[in-house]
Amino acid sequence: MAEALLTVEGVSRRFGGLLAVGAVSLIAAEGRITALIGPNGAGKTTMFALISGFLKPSDGSVRFGGDNVTGEPAHRLARRGIARTFQIVQPFAGLTVRENIRVGAHLRHAGRAAALAAAEAVAREVGLAGLLDAPADSLTVAGRKRLELAKALATEPKLLLLDEVLAGLNPSEIRDIIPVIRGLRDRGITILMIEHVMQAVMSLAEHVYVLAEGRIIATGTPAEVACDPVVIEAYLGHGAAKRLARAP
Amino acid sequence: MLSPVILIPALLNGLLTGAVYALVALGLTLIYGVLHIINFAHGALLTAAMFAAYFAFQVLGIDPYLSIFLIAPLFFAIGYALQRFVIGPASHGEDRNMLLVTLGLAVVIENALLFGFRADTRTIDVPYAFQSIDLGFTYLAVPRLVGFVAVFAVAVVLWLIMTLTDIGRAIRAVAKEKLGAQLAGIDVAHVYAVTFGLGTACVAVAACLLMPTYYVNPGAGNAFVLVAFTIVVLGGMGSVPGAVVGGLVIGVVESLSSLFLGDSLGQVGIFLIFIAVLLVRPQGLFGAKA
Amino acid sequence: MRSFVPIAIVVAALAVVPLLVHSNVVLNFLVVALMIALAGQGWNILGGYGGQYSFGHAIFFGTGAYVTAILQVKFGVNAWLAFGTGIAAGAVVGVVVGWLAFRAGLRGSYFALVTLAFAEVLRILASVTPITGAGVGTLLKLDLRFAALQFESRAVFYWLILALVAVALIVTYAVERSRFGAWLTAVRENEDAARALGVDAVAVKLGAMVISGAITAAAGCFYSQYFLFVDSHIAYGAWISVEALLTPIIGGAGTIFGPLVGALVVKALGEGALLVTGQAPGLDLVVFGIVLIAVVGLAPRGLVGLRAQLAARWRRARAGEASRG
Repeated sequence: MAEALLTVEGVSRRFGGLLAVGAVSLIAAEGRITALIGPNGAGKTTMFALISGFLKPSDGSVRFGGDNVTGEPAHRLARRGIARTFQIVQPFAGLTVRENIRVGAHLRHAGRAAALAAAEAVAREVGLAGLLDAPADSLTVAGRKRLELAKALATEPKLLLLDEVLAGLNPSEIRDIIPVIRGLRDRGITILMIEHVMQAVMSLAEHVYVLAEGRIIATGTPAEVACDPVVIEAYLGHGAAKRLARAP
Repeated sequence: MLSPVILIPALLNGLLTGAVYALVALGLTLIYGVLHIINFAHGALLTAAMFAAYFAFQVLGIDPYLSIFLIAPLFFAIGYALQRFVIGPASHGEDRNMLLVTLGLAVVIENALLFGFRADTRTIDVPYAFQSIDLGFTYLAVPRLVGFVAVFAVAVVLWLIMTLTDIGRAIRAVAKEKLGAQLAGIDVAHVYAVTFGLGTACVAVAACLLMPTYYVNPGAGNAFVLVAFTIVVLGGMGSVPGAVVGGLVIGVVESLSSLFLGDSLGQVGIFLIFIAVLLVRPQGLFGAKA
Repeated sequence: MRSFVPIAIVVAALAVVPLLVHSNVVLNFLVVALMIALAGQGWNILGGYGGQYSFGHAIFFGTGAYVTAILQVKFGVNAWLAFGTGIAAGAVVGVVVGWLAFRAGLRGSYFALVTLAFAEVLRILASVTPITGAGVGTLLKLDLRFAALQFESRAVFYWLILALVAVALIVTYAVERSRFGAWLTAVRENEDAARALGVDAVAVKLGAMVISGAITAAAGCFYSQYFLFVDSHIAYGAWISVEALLTPIIGGAGTIFGPLVGALVVKALGEGALLVTGQAPGLDLVVFGIVLIAVVGLAPRGLVGLRAQLAARWRRARAGEASRG
């Protein structure tokens, strides 16, 4: 197995009395695509917030590239090379696509010209080259998802956290964006993705973690996880695995 | 050390003044709780209502306590119309714009009053202005006592509206979950306007309670409203019990600090509390931690 | 550098005005309008580009005015040095207030409130402490020498304030083009998204507050030199907090020329209102308030953005017709 870029160990997060995630451990191997799946409300987005510095863990540690980064604020983690997208897209609505991506590009390029050039390159990579001067709030859902991805990519991350970038897209749009994600992996970006579209998880991810009610209940290759009875029960309810097995 | 002979009346006076503060703050917190904006026109509306009470007495001869029943509905209507036809449409649903529009309204109302009535300070003369009740150890001014009782009456009426009426339920629904309320067929623009109207009616009642003992000029409302901001922040934005308790606390703090520091520095004391609360615990003493 | 050209043209056009117009009334009007424009340019950096709406920019204006006046009157400091110190003091106040407010995570209504409260605290303190002259105010000695930064001719004052406005225009331009400016607008549009892209939101807002404070303080410094008097109502009064935000909002918040356009329009409207009513107080501010509401409601990008807004609407109407036809 490849070396771990991100190591999460025993991370918990409580909101008041509610335990949102409890003692979660996971690894994102360098240069691979790892998926985090699970039913709604399992705590996946909370996990992303904990890894990307938007929330502080109540317990446990996060290590990135050998450094302990537990509890560091979001902007500092972004400088270290962790970029995230948001499940509910967060464009800079009043700015153009070019200006949106430029904000991310400025993390590694101080100068205006360099940042704009980098932004254009990223736009080409994700298929937004034709829309550079369009206002961000004029984009379609698919366009916004691409912009979300482009902003994160412009920070030139080592680790990319993708929070349901495929949700809300139609099958042909999904078909278009899957090669983009694979292309990112191929040029060395480690990816940790939350995804509901199982077809995409099966075809992209090399390793899958299943989160339910704030705990990891299964892990393995997509194929292993997909037929794990514990996972099926988590998704479909108690006794589902048995009923499925009995079905002719 | 000050003797109880001075301290106790100061305390009681603080409580009674605090009740009127609480009423102003109640209007502010109600609007914040539903619309999630601070109404910067609140002070100007208070001044306008004080002028209304003043003229109701001078021109129509209506006692300020009676004119509550005239001025409160009138200002409910004014508040409703302002939100429905000015603040709402002009803000395009952006909080930042609402701040600016309410600030603009404050400037307009305050200076229209200045233009119309000059900077003169006016008072009215009612027979009970200086009456007081002898409690044995201290005296209670009648107008302040009336104010104190009236504030609780208003709080009860508001609570009844919120719990028993359809519009009250709609207001609470919008405050909790605007989108959901909208999907359930609630007319949010109407609810916003009613809330704004109720908040404005609160300052109208406060104005009528103030007039027997206080004065009015075009800037009179500001002193109260800056204090009301403090109360609302102290009590937790949007919290009704917070506004009432916060109002009483601030009334006492002001009364005591004026006693020790003099009037203007006493006010600084309030603002310093205000800034400290904002910086250390912006959700207020009663608000839940975010 | 092609975008410097409009700034150069505007400043040059304004610079020749005293050569053509000798009326003291007109020059005085323009001096005051430019002073308000300068105060608004300060607000514009923080509010227009950064989206942090301050309702208490008097804290900077007043600090600049008092520092300039007190250093000269009480400590015999040279006027030019006092002027510069006043600007620096504005920046320092920006650091202090900004650090407190932004560290506490105050945004929106809360930020507006805390700036308002700081201005009130300073106003009350200035009205009672001896060093500011308490209720009486501070009077600067008339001393019409270059070394005392006082001039016989209004034209020289005019060029001084125009030079300050020009510097603020260039600073705004530089901010708009820079990485800092890109981060600042990102924070305005969506703070969480900006943080995710490595933007230290607190530091960026603090930086904006410092620049903003220095520029608005410069307007206060100029006030003291020009009117030779300052008291707590002038320095820390609500009027300047309102005018400092009114001018950029009306002219176009987050644009280079917004505050300048806004100040000229607002001041012209104010003078007009006073002319109509014969100097009765109040009506000019009524007009300001109505214009503020109207601009927020009808032209959210201000007068500068109005042309683009109308053009876009026209294009849309045309496109609608074409698709229907």
